[in-house]
Amino acid sequence: MSTSLRLRAGLVSIVLLAAFLGIWHLATRTTGATAAMSPEYAKLMGLTATQGKSAMPGPLDVGAKLWEHLRRPFYDNGPNDKGLGIQLAYSIARVGTGYLLAVLVAIPLGFLIGMSPLLSKALDPFIQVLKPISPLAWMPLALYTIKDSSISAIFVIFICSIWPMLLNTVFGVATVRKEWINVARTLEVGTLRRAFTVILPAAAPTILTGMRISIGIAWLVIVAAEMLVGGTGIGYFVWNEWNNLSITNVIIAILLIGIVGMLLDQILARFTRMVTFPE
Amino acid sequence: MSTFDNPFDPNRNLRDGCACGQHRSVAEHEQATAALSCEPVESEEKRYEGVVASAVMRAMFPQDVARRAFLKSVGASTALAALSQFFPLQTATEVFAQAGTPEKKDLKVGFIPITCATPIIMAAPLGFYAKHGLNVEVVKTAGWAVIRDKTINKEYDAAHMLAPMPIAISLGLGANAIPFAVPAIENINGQGIVLATKHKDKRDPKDWKGMKFAIPFDYSMHNYLLRYYLAEHGLDPDTDVQLRSVPPPEMVANLRADNIDGFLAPDNICQRAIYDGVGFMHLLSKEIWDGHPCCSFAASREFITTAPNSFAALTRAIVDATAYASKAENRKQIAEAIAPANYINAPVTVLEQVLTGTYADGLGGVKTDAKRVDFDPFPWQSFAVWMLTQMKRWGQIKGDVDYKAVAEQVYLATDTKKLMTEMGLSPPASAYKSFAVMGKTFDPAKAEDYVASFKIRKAS
Repeated sequence: MSTSLRLRAGLVSIVLLAAFLGIWHLATRTTGATAAMSPEYAKLMGLTATQGKSAMPGPLDVGAKLWEHLRRPFYDNGPNDKGLGIQLAYSIARVGTGYLLAVLVAIPLGFLIGMSPLLSKALDPFIQVLKPISPLAWMPLALYTIKDSSISAIFVIFICSIWPMLLNTVFGVATVRKEWINVARTLEVGTLRRAFTVILPAAAPTILTGMRISIGIAWLVIVAAEMLVGGTGIGYFVWNEWNNLSITNVIIAILLIGIVGMLLDQILARFTRMVTFPE
Repeated sequence: MSTFDNPFDPNRNLRDGCACGQHRSVAEHEQATAALSCEPVESEEKRYEGVVASAVMRAMFPQDVARRAFLKSVGASTALAALSQFFPLQTATEVFAQAGTPEKKDLKVGFIPITCATPIIMAAPLGFYAKHGLNVEVVKTAGWAVIRDKTINKEYDAAHMLAPMPIAISLGLGANAIPFAVPAIENINGQGIVLATKHKDKRDPKDWKGMKFAIPFDYSMHNYLLRYYLAEHGLDPDTDVQLRSVPPPEMVANLRADNIDGFLAPDNICQRAIYDGVGFMHLLSKEIWDGHPCCSFAASREFITTAPNSFAALTRAIVDATAYASKAENRKQIAEAIAPANYINAPVTVLEQVLTGTYADGLGGVKTDAKRVDFDPFPWQSFAVWMLTQMKRWGQIKGDVDYKAVAEQVYLATDTKKLMTEMGLSPPASAYKSFAVMGKTFDPAKAEDYVASFKIRKAS
């Protein structure tokens, strides 16, 4: 039953993809009107104007370009033109640094806050205000105070990915079942030992869920941050190709951003499964 | 007279009197120069040699009569040979050409990917930075605000900025006041007003009421020129139309999406809109003011004082590249050099049309205007004064402005003049010149009257 369901779901996915590609292909076929023009004038104009080529690339254009990128992902033509592999590596490195810093701060801090109902209530309004701020709003402030664009990008990832982790850790720690803590107390377990052997395992699934939300946010943020500060990374690639109005490359970047984001999420999902326990 | 006319043209007047200041007339000078430049001088080394040699001659013969007598009696080539025997002209020239060793060799220069940045960009692939002993990385940047912040943060040693930006930064408009300076103008002309194709019958600006226009930045020549143009046609740019600050690449997309009706933008963006069939060239910015500056090469005062030799070498490289770019025969090669993704990242055809001046106008015609974009590095202080008058006119500056003081602080005409003379180029004698914008003459000495003379302006 389960396998047949999976099989059928897979089939539907493939049909949907094929339908999507088909509609895309039909919608972007060369159909635009072209005005009559002299050959010397036509030589100076782009394909959209001369052949009525759609401004939106079709799936075949994107496929061909993607193949070109995949064949040489690590080329380096100077500071402003590097292969997609290098750009992705830069982005992942930035996300990794900012995210790890956020983990290092959010989990211990969340633990402390979660164990103290007073602090948790007192800090709540601040966290609630800081949580919904967009990365692009932080950027000018970061650039202005830190005075270094690459550190600013990391800071923005840090500041945006810290909140879900912090909130989830606080929530997870605060809602550990009272019975378990009471049992630990009757057994005269010390505070530190109680934190690591009772509370941490009990709160771990909630904390991991927070981390999973955070990695998604960090990856969302990096593209916006890199578009702004430029230099390297997949966000810069999108901006650079947008500059050249190369929608084909922008679509490829979108596809890759999606795939990498999914992979990051899957890794965290696996960790979450490892710490989940049946009650 | 352009800065790049042949420096060994005897008929050219470098200063009052004559080029070297030792002769009363150009004719007298001609003789001496002809004596020193025994053969047509083309290369850089020769140019420096000439400069050094004339300095030595002047030192040896403080009396002009004596020198002429000497030259007449022995002949020019003998004089040169004799001179080189007891004075190491060769070595002196080399020392002179190297100037001071740069304090910092590895530099970062930021640019925005538009053809205005041509000298800054091409100096990398065509080796102008290397020639002046520098290892420069040119870094593409996302927008004017970012380039400003990164230069202020010292991530960039120098940068490509819109000509009014260093003035605005120095005055603290839209940023903290940090003294900046402009040693060279990047390009003159080279912008345009592009309208959406649907407006092809609305060529009279009087019909433009209610339209939406994009400009690249508030502190830009584009903003001032568009406002000037609209106001001359009786439209108040603050109330009759909408002006929006839009990053150049998004202008074409916005024009296609019908979010804006047109823009006054830097080139390759104008030509790109035509190339993609979404707009047409209404007017070249040259037709508003022929010879207007657009972008500048800027650095902070701090960089100039901490690394004066690096700064001088950079300026030399830029002036050199600008000189190369000003020649029509080099333009095709430049277009190819700056088109790849590492630099401007645009189709070569588009850049070629901009740089060579033979372009499709978007209405089915091919037009030619060799001066569509041109390159002349001299930072005229009168340009700065004009920009200040417009900042005042449109309320960006409130209160009184000391036009000359600001212009002289930001636009380094004196230093650039000295540097250009050393390079054997011929900078103009004065840093101020009068020019006409849409037929109305601007006198830099009467800036306040000029501001007051406009009927349409922001009440202050």
